[in-house]
Amino acid sequence: MAMASLKTIALREEEHQGLSGGHSLCAGCGIPPIVRTVLGSIPGPKVAISATGCLEVATTRYPFTAWGVPWIHVAFENAAAVASGAEAAFRALSRRGKLSEEPVTFVVFAGDGGTYDIGLQALSGALERGHRLLYVCYNNEAYMNTGIQRSGATPYAANTTTSPVGSLGKGKAERRKDMTAIVVAHHIPYAAQAATSHWQDLSRKVERAAQASGPSFLNVLATCPPGWGHEAKDSVRLARIAVETHYWPLFEVVEGHYRITHRPLQQRPLEEWLNLQKRFSHLHGERGADLVVRLQEELDDSWAQLVQRDASDADWFRALEEAEA
Amino acid sequence: MAKVELALQVLTGAEATAHAMRQIQPDVVPVYPITPQTPIIQTFSRFVADGKADTVIVQVESEHSAMSAAVGSALAGARTMTATASQGLALMVEVIYIAAGLRAPIVIAVGNRALSAPINIHGDHSDGMLARDSGAVQIYAQDAQEAYDLMVMAPRIAEHPDVMLPVMVGQDGFQVTHSAEGVALLPDPDVRDFVGPYEIPNPLLGGGASSHGTFAMPDSYFELRHQLVQATEAAEAVYAEVAQDYRRRFGRDLPQIDAYRMEDAERAILLIGSAAGTAKEVVDDLRAEGERVGLVALRLYRPFPHAALRAALAGARRVAVLDRAVSPGAYPPLYSDALGALQGSATTLQSYVYGLGGRDLSQRAVRRAFAELALPAADRIGYLGLGGEDGDGEP
Repeated sequence: MAMASLKTIALREEEHQGLSGGHSLCAGCGIPPIVRTVLGSIPGPKVAISATGCLEVATTRYPFTAWGVPWIHVAFENAAAVASGAEAAFRALSRRGKLSEEPVTFVVFAGDGGTYDIGLQALSGALERGHRLLYVCYNNEAYMNTGIQRSGATPYAANTTTSPVGSLGKGKAERRKDMTAIVVAHHIPYAAQAATSHWQDLSRKVERAAQASGPSFLNVLATCPPGWGHEAKDSVRLARIAVETHYWPLFEVVEGHYRITHRPLQQRPLEEWLNLQKRFSHLHGERGADLVVRLQEELDDSWAQLVQRDASDADWFRALEEAEA
Repeated sequence: MAKVELALQVLTGAEATAHAMRQIQPDVVPVYPITPQTPIIQTFSRFVADGKADTVIVQVESEHSAMSAAVGSALAGARTMTATASQGLALMVEVIYIAAGLRAPIVIAVGNRALSAPINIHGDHSDGMLARDSGAVQIYAQDAQEAYDLMVMAPRIAEHPDVMLPVMVGQDGFQVTHSAEGVALLPDPDVRDFVGPYEIPNPLLGGGASSHGTFAMPDSYFELRHQLVQATEAAEAVYAEVAQDYRRRFGRDLPQIDAYRMEDAERAILLIGSAAGTAKEVVDDLRAEGERVGLVALRLYRPFPHAALRAALAGARRVAVLDRAVSPGAYPPLYSDALGALQGSATTLQSYVYGLGGRDLSQRAVRRAFAELALPAADRIGYLGLGGEDGDGEP
């Protein structure tokens, strides 16, 4: 598949800006590059649907809007349901000849809270019903909009305002849930994990997702300077480290088949990921050494499982590529 | 006035509602099953399966998603209807408020049912009252024929440019949803012509780039909510206009207030919904006995028709307000609304609650309410049928 180059995306933005500047998202926030890469990678008309969250609040303060595409926000937990309705409206109106035949891409942008937690039911329903929509989770691993509370996406041991480190508290006591696996269990045609550090990988996945015959899902790691306690200048670097430590592997699942889309040449030690973030400062140095060993083991297990899946699906992807060529 | 003569069919309120939907042919119906609404969507699904309606039905996973999908669909530019009841309506309420705020003209058929706990599937108005302050228009049918007629009228009210709001069309669970009676359906083309095309400003699929559901700070929120208040208020005149056109075209008169034998009534009952039938029989009997009594039944509950109610009750000295819902620790909703409408008038009101969880309102209970209106006013809420159908309110 021919991939949109950076130039193509830039030209598309020049012709039609999906998300303009002037919004109030933080410097170093991972969300705007995700939204711009997603919208720029999809040709043709689009409708954006947002869950309540950082993106919605920071881009639509009345009477202003940063959105250059039709956009709707209804509530926190129902973005997938709102998108289902809009997509159903498109089918109904097309069938009755009330719209031009040009396809419209319905893109949901929701945070991890609106996806992993409160929006899980609506998302599950939409995936099961097979609506043709692209659901993008901008995953900054906590409720950042309301002041850094832990979510189902928050990793083990992370310090948040509701899993604080204290004389007894050791940060979040539970592991993050594997949302991508939950989505894959719905037998949808396309799901993937991506990160802002690898925009070409993200762009290619968006293109694939937008062409899927049914629902598609992208779980994109979004850096968050105030929430993670990192420097704004380290945003892209930190996302790259997440990928290269295997903390956030880049892979895609096409019709249930797994493929690793970027294999780091050398796995970086987990400390590089932890040490750049204040939310893990209680693990820095000797204090967290034991725990870091355990976390490293968990990551290594997950990565090994992914490598195994990738290997067993290699023939399937070869056949797919031959068919596509 | 044209009078369309039509054969009667034996239909339940739910079936009659589904027929209205078949004739209107909404573009999209997102819906989730719940008793006693279920026969509406079952009947309608059958129409779609048989090719009698080409609506896209979205079988969502909850009422919350039903209403959420309805907002997405309605604002995308598609005429959208849904149906619900009881706990389902409770689950929808968050999004009904938002739909009103976003000015999404969605028609919601409601089979009014009690709320848990204890769980109960039978009729009362507790569910509708949850959405009372949402901004959505609420109209209530007395029988299956009205459930049909009001459903045909509803899109015109919802989509009127001065309104642009959800409209809830209520019918009492089981007493109307499941009771078969003679219903005269209008010809399909007449309904389609009456309802007309769906048009809203700036739909998501209209080619523009409008933003719906933006974030408002204290510098603008109050004004935007006040616009919603004005829209809901405007629905009273729009209801009257639509009802007048309905009467002109089809000879059926459904004014916002059904005033029955009120011409010289000294005592009256005020209520909503199917209990109007029982109350009318009692009024007839008491009139035959020489008593000057009457009934006022509201079809339009939100916006509350303050002036019209004042006018309807102008001659009545005493009025018993029968609520089919409670507001524990306070006077029930219809009574409170009526009190507001009648402030400064010579009419005095007495509050009664009846029929919770499907308990029938007996003729004896209605007679008792009328009889008590001849006694000095009691400073308490009466409970008709508590302790048994003919109960005197003592548990």
